[in-house]
Amino acid sequence: MATAELSDDRLIWMFTQMLRIRDFEERVKRTFEDHPGVIRGHTHLADGAEASIVGSLATLKDSDQLLTTYRCHGYPITLGTDTKAMMAEIYGRQDGLCGGYGGSMHLCDPGRGFLGTSGIVGQGIPHATGVGFAAQLRKQGQVVLCFFGDGASKQGAFHESLNLASLWKLPVVYIMENNGYNVATHSEQEDANAANGEPLSVKAKAYSMPGVTVDGTDPLAVYEIVSEAVARARDGHGPTLVESKVYRLSAHGNLIAPPGVPLHYPEHEAITVFGNREEYEAALRGDPVPRFRARLVEQGTLDAARADAIAQEVTEEMDAAVQFGLDSPFPEPAAATNFVYA
Amino acid sequence: MAREIPYIAAVNEAIAQEMARDDTVVFYGQDVAPSDEDPLVKSFGRDRVRVSPISETAEIGMAVGLALAGYRPIVELLMAEFMLVAMNQVTNEAPRLRYMSGGQVKVPLVLKAGYGFTAGWAGQHTGSIYTMFAGVPGLKVVLPSTPADAKGLMAAAVRDDNPVVYLMHYLLVLEHGDVPEGEHVVPIGEAAIRRPGNDVTIVATGWTVGKALQAAEALAAEGVDAEVIDPRSLQPLDMPAILSSVEKTGHLVLADQATRHASAASIIAAEVAEHGFGYLKAPIKLVTALDATIPYSEPMEAFVLPDEHKIAGAVREVLGTASAVA
Repeated sequence: MATAELSDDRLIWMFTQMLRIRDFEERVKRTFEDHPGVIRGHTHLADGAEASIVGSLATLKDSDQLLTTYRCHGYPITLGTDTKAMMAEIYGRQDGLCGGYGGSMHLCDPGRGFLGTSGIVGQGIPHATGVGFAAQLRKQGQVVLCFFGDGASKQGAFHESLNLASLWKLPVVYIMENNGYNVATHSEQEDANAANGEPLSVKAKAYSMPGVTVDGTDPLAVYEIVSEAVARARDGHGPTLVESKVYRLSAHGNLIAPPGVPLHYPEHEAITVFGNREEYEAALRGDPVPRFRARLVEQGTLDAARADAIAQEVTEEMDAAVQFGLDSPFPEPAAATNFVYA
Repeated sequence: MAREIPYIAAVNEAIAQEMARDDTVVFYGQDVAPSDEDPLVKSFGRDRVRVSPISETAEIGMAVGLALAGYRPIVELLMAEFMLVAMNQVTNEAPRLRYMSGGQVKVPLVLKAGYGFTAGWAGQHTGSIYTMFAGVPGLKVVLPSTPADAKGLMAAAVRDDNPVVYLMHYLLVLEHGDVPEGEHVVPIGEAAIRRPGNDVTIVATGWTVGKALQAAEALAAEGVDAEVIDPRSLQPLDMPAILSSVEKTGHLVLADQATRHASAASIIAAEVAEHGFGYLKAPIKLVTALDATIPYSEPMEAFVLPDEHKIAGAVREVLGTASAVA
């Protein structure tokens, strides 16, 4: 069992990253209320997916790489990207991680192996596959994690990429974070496997690669499965499809509205579209962050005082991130013509 | 040393030379070297020369990934229209990622495709669809019209740190011309004056360059000295070269195989109207394909396309000599 090798320090590190993601996302959400107008456009939060993100990224070595969707805040936080620069990016400021050119959907920190996102559903999957191609050419045992949602698995980009990755035995682990919804549509309404009561990981069968479904709210279960897939990829045996079942604890994104209309986060689509408050409240009761804390405290890895101290440090970090973002100047408007060409 | 070789051989020579020069150059695509006996496979190995399935989104998207990770892929796409299958990757991924990252990454790749194959291929394999790409900030678009440029622009495209759409003209692939042996790089963004002249400027791209030169010869017999300019790339577009020619001649005809409202000609006409209006002694004339799908049947195909007679006719109109020869 890969998880048996996790030291107490590593487990506490995992819990800390989950907490940092949660707190960061809550700050993004609160910004709409506390500082109206500071965040423009569309943001997508990873609250509920912390265990899946951290359990996956905990398997990586420093030289490994990943690409993700526009729901991208959690990955760089886990990799150690400065949350101040991230918040400044989401606020469109000069000190932002990408200088204000990308915003919430397009974070990127190549120095830490996070090569970027696509804002178009499924379209980052071939990018990750190509990074896997590069890793295969480089022959240094690098592995690439490719994160996407369940909705992306209905895109041709997904199918074309998995076929090629399996054909060429590329060192890619495809991690489908299945949160049960395509924005506001249930999986059963748009996925033939889901409609027939099958896990979405059966799609792997069509491409002759392993497909496995894991409880994405349990960081150790995710770690176990992804470790196995990463080892397989590193050993040259090719890709794996991991379906990680999570529940998004916020709506798909903030309100979509023209300028002048205050933006905010509506309630989850289970409530606003389907009127099913019980489904949402059940998900809240299974919230992976307090659950993991309770587990670590229960097994003696972490005492409550230490857990509280970590939470306090995270609070201070995120206070500072928000303040840094607010204090950072806007970019010079004429900088808009930089970086069009290399 | 230059020697005469066909356009297509010049393209292939550039690819082989760039692969020999730089280990990070990778070449793949549909029907690229399915046999292990292929010379490129023998020279560079199966890792760097691969045959891929008919999956344009994955092929082009993977090139983006390879480029992000430090490689320089050349993707063989065969027909320009096949990029339409993967238009998001071409126009909304490859050219955007560097910008959105605030310059943290670069995406050097070459999308190699043929275009303009108006030889009875009917409506879906014949388009001159370059302005679909040339209008996207972050992409470069090159249109070699000679064997030497076919080689030199491929070398430049591979070395460029940006995504480059390399469009070779399918009607020109067997045209012979002098091509330098060894390293030959044509800078992207520099127009070529194919024929110097003083009376009228004809700007032409790709296959219409040859048609413009034929028109210029016919006009020379009438005492008209036409200058023929080949921009060679549409993004970047060498407007200074075009404006300086128009300043000299005062007359402008634009020849373009694309349909009128999606033509490079219409873009150049707008630039000259804004920046060179004072040079013009007569209105600009565009000689483009008609706004129609390319028909299969030969007489209809010829009807919608520009040719040397239509170009010469437009020159006579802008010079006010039309009635003299009619």
